[in-house]
Amino acid sequence: MSDKISVQSAPPSSTDTLGSTTGTASGGGPQNAADASRGGTRVRPGDFIFRFLSTGSAVLIMIILAGVALFLIISAIPAITADWSTNDQLNTGPTAAFPNFWSYVGPLIWGTLWSAAIALLFGAPVGIGIALFISHYAPRRLASVLGYLVDLLAAVPSIVFGLWGIIVIRPFLIPLSDWLGANLGWIPIFGGPVTTTGSTILAGALVLAVMILPIITSISREIFLQTPRLHEEAALALGATRWEMIRMSVFPYAKSGIVSATLLGLGRALGETMAIALIISPAILVSVKLITEGQNSQTIAANIALNFPIATTLQRDALIGTGLMLFVISLAVNSIARVIVNAKPRKSKKSKPAGPSTPGPLSRIPAGDFASATAIDVVAGSSRSGKPGDEGPTPEEDIEGARY
Amino acid sequence: MTALSQRTKPTGPVGNSLTTGQLPRFAELYVLVGAAVVSALLLLLIGFNVVGWLVLTAVVYLVALGILSLVVENRRKATDRLVRGLVTVAFLLALIPLVSTLSTVVIQGASELSWSFITQTGASTFDPDTLEVKQTPGALQAIVGTLIITGIAALISIPIGLFTSIYLVEYALPKQWLARTVTFLVDVMTGIPSIVAGLFAFSLFSILVGPKAFSGFSAAVALSVLMIPTVVRACEEMLRLVPGDLREASYALGVSKFATIVRIVLPTAIAGLITGIMLAIARVIGETAPIFLAASFTDNFNSNAFDGPMQTLPVLAYTGYAFPGADIAASNASAWGAALLLVILVVILNLIARIVAKIFAPKGSR
Repeated sequence: MSDKISVQSAPPSSTDTLGSTTGTASGGGPQNAADASRGGTRVRPGDFIFRFLSTGSAVLIMIILAGVALFLIISAIPAITADWSTNDQLNTGPTAAFPNFWSYVGPLIWGTLWSAAIALLFGAPVGIGIALFISHYAPRRLASVLGYLVDLLAAVPSIVFGLWGIIVIRPFLIPLSDWLGANLGWIPIFGGPVTTTGSTILAGALVLAVMILPIITSISREIFLQTPRLHEEAALALGATRWEMIRMSVFPYAKSGIVSATLLGLGRALGETMAIALIISPAILVSVKLITEGQNSQTIAANIALNFPIATTLQRDALIGTGLMLFVISLAVNSIARVIVNAKPRKSKKSKPAGPSTPGPLSRIPAGDFASATAIDVVAGSSRSGKPGDEGPTPEEDIEGARY
Repeated sequence: MTALSQRTKPTGPVGNSLTTGQLPRFAELYVLVGAAVVSALLLLLIGFNVVGWLVLTAVVYLVALGILSLVVENRRKATDRLVRGLVTVAFLLALIPLVSTLSTVVIQGASELSWSFITQTGASTFDPDTLEVKQTPGALQAIVGTLIITGIAALISIPIGLFTSIYLVEYALPKQWLARTVTFLVDVMTGIPSIVAGLFAFSLFSILVGPKAFSGFSAAVALSVLMIPTVVRACEEMLRLVPGDLREASYALGVSKFATIVRIVLPTAIAGLITGIMLAIARVIGETAPIFLAASFTDNFNSNAFDGPMQTLPVLAYTGYAFPGADIAASNASAWGAALLLVILVVILNLIARIVAKIFAPKGSR
């Protein structure tokens, strides 16, 4: 199951590049030929209906996404165009202090980006480290189990993480906040009155970091595993240590994958509601303080969740307007991530056919073969014991040569 | 470690040029034990706590192993050992929240979870004599709401998602603009923040039906927006795994495309399809924000998805903390009970998915 989950969240072409040469490509060709040959004779009603249903569903998805944007815009327009200082519904309650929509949404956008950035700061290195551990360090037999454990994190509902944050993370971070406030209080981000309850943006971001771990891990793991086995073995055979092998053959190959995994994690962090809404004690202002309460920058999603039940009609429209901004931001982040992911396989497609053809059928044996894991270990061991330390630059050049 | 053992076994103990200049076999283990003892002693001076001990052990271990390897071996091997240690620590770090979250939910929720909690509607009653508000814990209304809303969302999403994936795999040509656009949009849709889906459903229904159009159906629409892309992705992957040979054989026998898909492709992939759909359901069943916006929340029992607010388990867990009743402790306790029930539901769905994948696994594929 672990690979099922990772397959879902993996970039669309990941399996294509692996399996298309055998599976889908050969399936596609004759299938279209069959279409063409039957095209002239007669169309069975079942065929027609089925083709209509499936094409219609595909079109429906486009309509749904357009509908999401359209209905958000329609609902948000009254609040965006209204004059907030004179409007009866808007100059009271939580929206009272703001002259217009943009001054209201500005600090919220800042808070959203700020908390997501902190979460990414904690989450991305750990997530990539886990992916590396599972793909290149853990024993092969354990790897899928360990991957499943991390995927379990994705299955835990966000509300549970929120509740966990309240009773575990908040008190856990109080001593750290006290220490930071006492010793590093002169740095602006640790400034301000130190929290007593623990409802800080630091606690919220830490929970967010846990929540974005699975997505970062599963995508970077997929990408790491796609590194051509020959590049890795070449590096090890030339006397590289495991880390040098990873740095020189895995990372260059997976660079764009890591970037897009991080961006997808960012997209997830931007939209998370419950952890932030439950944990931090917010205010709508631009602030970088990490360890105060009541002066934390509020995020868009949490602001909506907290104010929606008590809002007037026009305030609700204003909240929908802020949601529209969140939609636009996360759409942009996700699109960039997907474009990067989708751009990558084109590059590897060029090198893929070249891979098997040059070194011959041997290259097919290790790929995806579990027995080869032990082979790698043997190679790693013997290469490490045999070579003195002066071989540093040589493998690097050779790998660069082999790849391009 | 295995590499180390394989290296030292054949070479013998002393004077071998192959083993000089490297750490002994179990060096990493010794350093780890040493680091644990040293950091425990250090912490005993200023006051012991488990978390600090683990953190300090990790730091001392990494530093000590790095320096040791730097002195005995060389810089390259020191870096290698350091990275191995760091990566392992990263993995262990991720296990802490997993274990901590699950154990917290079980410990907090177990005391609340009982037969009456599942079968009763939660309510608060006011006693005019003692002027006390008494709260009856209960989650029946939330369980029913969760099942209804998730059920409707599944009814909407599964056909749309399945047909779209059939289109992408069976009908679309790889270079067709519609196929590429849909693939891209599905990927982007997986990143839609859940709260935006809730806002969409709310504004859709408040424009179509009228203001305050909270209903279970509205929440189901919001969940569908989140669920459709997951179903499409999962089903597409599974359909692509069906070998092309099967389709070719079917076409060669003169079977129509429709019959080939229904009789050959779908049955072959059925295990993967069910697994993917189950996991998609497990994902949306825990969504809080969209349901909270679209179906609001209530303490009343409501099994009519088309009229009035509806309570669900995640929302019960949220409101128990965010908007507690008069008896705050009781509200919090119900929140944990609801959270535990939710986790149990998710675990059951995941188990079903795994079992289905095991039982119906197609022979030979993969």
